[in-house]
Amino acid sequence: MEHEISVSPEEISLPESWNKLPMIAGGVGLISLIASYMMGHGSQQFSFSYLTGFMYWLTLALGGLFFVLLHYLARSGWSVVVRRQAEHVMGTLPVFVLLFIPVALGMHDLYHWTHADAVAHDPLLQHKAPYLNETFFFIRAAFFFAVWTMLSMYFRSQSAQQDKSGDPDITQRLQTRSAPGMVLFAVTIMFASFDWLMSLEPHWFSTIFGVYIFAGCVVSIFAFLILLVLQLKGSGALTHIVTWEHFHDLGKLLFGFVVFWAYIGFSQFMLIWYANIPEETFWFDMRWDDPTWRWTSIFLAAGHFVVPFFFLITQWVKRQRLTLTLAALWMLFMHYVDIYWLVMPTLHHEAFQLSVLDFTCWLGIGGLFLAVLFSLMQRSTLIPVKDPRLQESLAFENP
Amino acid sequence: MADDKVTAGDGTFGVLAEFSSPETLMHACAKVRDKGFSIWDAHTPFPIHGLDKAMGLKRSWVSAFVLVMGLSGAVLGMIMQWWVASKAYPLVISGKPFFSWPAFIPITFECGVLGGASGAVLGLLIMARLPRHHHALFNSERFKKVTDDAFFISIEAQDPQYDSAETPRFLEEIGATYVEPVAA
Repeated sequence: MEHEISVSPEEISLPESWNKLPMIAGGVGLISLIASYMMGHGSQQFSFSYLTGFMYWLTLALGGLFFVLLHYLARSGWSVVVRRQAEHVMGTLPVFVLLFIPVALGMHDLYHWTHADAVAHDPLLQHKAPYLNETFFFIRAAFFFAVWTMLSMYFRSQSAQQDKSGDPDITQRLQTRSAPGMVLFAVTIMFASFDWLMSLEPHWFSTIFGVYIFAGCVVSIFAFLILLVLQLKGSGALTHIVTWEHFHDLGKLLFGFVVFWAYIGFSQFMLIWYANIPEETFWFDMRWDDPTWRWTSIFLAAGHFVVPFFFLITQWVKRQRLTLTLAALWMLFMHYVDIYWLVMPTLHHEAFQLSVLDFTCWLGIGGLFLAVLFSLMQRSTLIPVKDPRLQESLAFENP
Repeated sequence: MADDKVTAGDGTFGVLAEFSSPETLMHACAKVRDKGFSIWDAHTPFPIHGLDKAMGLKRSWVSAFVLVMGLSGAVLGMIMQWWVASKAYPLVISGKPFFSWPAFIPITFECGVLGGASGAVLGLLIMARLPRHHHALFNSERFKKVTDDAFFISIEAQDPQYDSAETPRFLEEIGATYVEPVAA
């Protein structure tokens, strides 16, 4: 385009009404977490509820990391105006080191391969012991968090530096480094899902499990970005910067990964169903034999795929505030159902049983996550003002 | 067909106007649109972003073809497998029921993709009224440049606003470098 699109300073600074949010979110988060701990529903229920909430928000933060890596890897132009919010989402990753502590403390409640007496009577767990042992578990966790902290801090600080210098070489450099970054991301999210979710049932194994978690993580980041940016626009920021063309694209990606999630979920199910080997099928039996869990499974398949597939398929749904908000909120809810469906049958295998801790732990970790997110948002402009592809993004229209 | 009506008239298909650049073509299209012409088209050697808006084109119907054909493909794919596996040639495979739907999902999915892709191609051909062996615009020697370096607007004689004297003048006014009538 020949003429430059100018950006006014009011549009790219955080609206004043958002300044109180870190305090509110942090307060709600802390109170919920303390209350969850004090409520005395037993340490097992607390650990499982906490793990569900932890994995929910962690996958969202990892989704932010994926969005930024993908943006540079694909050298995309359109997404420059929403990239800064994704950078903030991944900026919360270092905090998850602290949030991991209750998971580490509750590991004996969560993972029965940590019980020496259980392993002593179980040849399969003995066979898996070189991988599934506490020392190696913590070494791996340290490696995951080191990689995530390093990647998120590096990409964030470089982007912040470009805000000042406007140096296009930074973009070039990040494009080059996003490729090994993406490999590291894939390896870490894969093994983190094996360690923290799949090892809840240490007898069970599924090589596609990490990809399944990844699919849910990408669905949640697109839904979250849509909501966050819509709220920013609602508060009077980014008015002429993020347009319906950008939301349309975010909606298309949300739709695409809803389908990808179903594709991966069904691939995992079909191979196990077809082979019909008891060592593998018991994991699905736990989610099917009991009628309450069966309805949860049906609800998951319908609510995470069938309904949003037909809802999001038309163009106008992705270009209306109300319909897009509904779709994003619904997918964030279904992402919780998904994580819950992965974690809880291990604890309540006799029947689906909701606990107040499920809600308070989710709220607690979410409150702390949002508190960090909002305070990171205060520290920079809402878009990368000197990105070499900013003009391309501002002028973006769907072909 | 459109051609029949034109030949029934005074023997002209319409008028062809050449423009020198995508920008001038784009502005001219907006003016032709605002003037209220309805039976006209723009011709370019390569796709130009935003031209559909400048021409005032409505949303394409191709996506509807894709949806209907895609869903039909998926449904037919599933019915075919149900019929083969449980009616025509029932075989017990790994001890499972004859109608084991999870095993049929991959082929159902592929049939849906096949239907959707065919729907896109067919929909495009139908909407573009292709294939056809000839078009009146090929009567113009000049029009051959459309695959190389020239940008054209054609307005057909059957457009209610068309006037054999006024319309060429209007096209020259809005920046055409060359205007000629085209025989039907």
